[in-house]
Amino acid sequence: MALGYAFLYLPIVSVIVYSFSGSDRATTWGGFSLQWYGALLRNEQILEAAQRSLTIAAISATAAVALGTASGLALSRFGRFPGRGLLSLMNSAPMVMPDVMLGLSSLLLFVGLQQIFGWPERGMTTITLAHITLTACYVTVVVRSRMTSMDASLEEAAMDLGAKPWRVFFVITLPLIAPALLAGWLLAFTLSLDDLVIASFTSGPGSTTLPMLVYSKVKIGVTPEINALTTIIVVLVAIGVSLAGVLMHRRERSLARLRD
Amino acid sequence: MLWLALFFCVPFLIVLKISFAQAVFGQVPPYTPLLETSADGATSLRLHASNYAALLADPLYIAAYLKSLLFASVSTLCCLLLGYPIAYGIARAPRSLRLLLLVLVILPFWTSSLLRTYALIGLLRANGVISQALAAVGIIEPGQAVLHTDLAVYIGIAYNYLPFMILPLAATLIRLDFTLLEAAADLGAKPWQAFVRVTLPLSFPGILAGTLLVFIPAVGEFVIPDVLGGPDALTIGRVLWTEFFTNRDWPLTAAIAVAMLLLIVLPTLLFEYVENRRVAREAQS
Repeated sequence: MALGYAFLYLPIVSVIVYSFSGSDRATTWGGFSLQWYGALLRNEQILEAAQRSLTIAAISATAAVALGTASGLALSRFGRFPGRGLLSLMNSAPMVMPDVMLGLSSLLLFVGLQQIFGWPERGMTTITLAHITLTACYVTVVVRSRMTSMDASLEEAAMDLGAKPWRVFFVITLPLIAPALLAGWLLAFTLSLDDLVIASFTSGPGSTTLPMLVYSKVKIGVTPEINALTTIIVVLVAIGVSLAGVLMHRRERSLARLRD
Repeated sequence: MLWLALFFCVPFLIVLKISFAQAVFGQVPPYTPLLETSADGATSLRLHASNYAALLADPLYIAAYLKSLLFASVSTLCCLLLGYPIAYGIARAPRSLRLLLLVLVILPFWTSSLLRTYALIGLLRANGVISQALAAVGIIEPGQAVLHTDLAVYIGIAYNYLPFMILPLAATLIRLDFTLLEAAADLGAKPWQAFVRVTLPLSFPGILAGTLLVFIPAVGEFVIPDVLGGPDALTIGRVLWTEFFTNRDWPLTAAIAVAMLLLIVLPTLLFEYVENRRVAREAQS
């Protein structure tokens, strides 16, 4: 078991260690130095791509949470409505389909749309749209499982007391599923930030995302700057996930206390 | 709500329609549409099966399919062998420690898989830790690199997808009633007997879920074989990528994609469906 955990963390730790190396080569140790962090901060190309990726990830995650909540709600609360099976199927399809397939089909859709309507231009818009499609499915799963495990009687009670459906949703349902929404948003954000294949298919000129840039750099030859970049991302993700975890844990505890 | 659900579905429906359209018509080229309007205004449907014929005629594609299957199955097996002890350890750990152990499994998954694959490069070089360890055990010649071999791809896929195997396994094992093991021991079963005859069959749903979660994406994997594998590590994902980005042959790419879906993803999903039905039936009886 310890071996398994070592296997999970060894690569990441080695990259973090080498990011502080003063050597010009990515795999030999050349004394402690912060030079690659400096080089990273001066590299306009990387900064621009990172900004682009973050923008796409933020927009897709937000849209995916909105859409995913809607379909998660429909799947868990509306009982058997016509097209339920189809909706459920369409939700799991993008998650099991290989990336190359999803990227290709999205691109073919966008090309088709562009021929008919002259929109969308390939670039950040198309990447974002494709990412929303992918990530909304994951959000749906998260929201749906939360809704299924949640007691529906609270909503029914509110409804019996005369609250209108939209009021029930915003006053009762939304606060109750808020942790799931946060988890879904974070998941969607990292999925979008991580994606290389779908972005490569749907991107246009001048819309290189961070993974695309990293990929081309890795293909050409490893640059130690990537070590520094990886370290920054790993640290940010670890902080983000633990913050979210602590927040959710506190919420659950205070909710549990309220119930007692 | 339903309106929003529909609004979300429509784009995906179109994608689905297009991907199915390829399967039926065989060709969706970017410049020659399926429906052609000739000079006299008549609309005609032009179908081509030549791409599928090309797929069957060229041994390159069939070899790529087999290679993808090989990569995916060996890596899935590695994930299972490596993930089972971890999942078992998590399930038997005290409740307070369990959450921490689970979070530690999920944490690497939150960082980019591309960056994690990149992180492996250093370890798989001739002077890297993994290469040296494998040489010490005698699996490879000393001084040799694992990088750019098939072995590197197995390690890469197993490393990247390990959390997908551990999580469903751990979920199943946590729910497992461990008094059953005590009962088996009371009845005189040795620990390994109890494991093989009680724990293993009962954790089968978790094994199946984990295997599917690893196997299906591994088949279409592009990044890992491309970065870690040698030039002969040609998988469907890589062939598709090359046909699209280098050769710019869109119809052929579409044909490859549809064939991939038909040959691998659908049978696996069908298998899962049949298996779930079987489990449900057994639970009822």
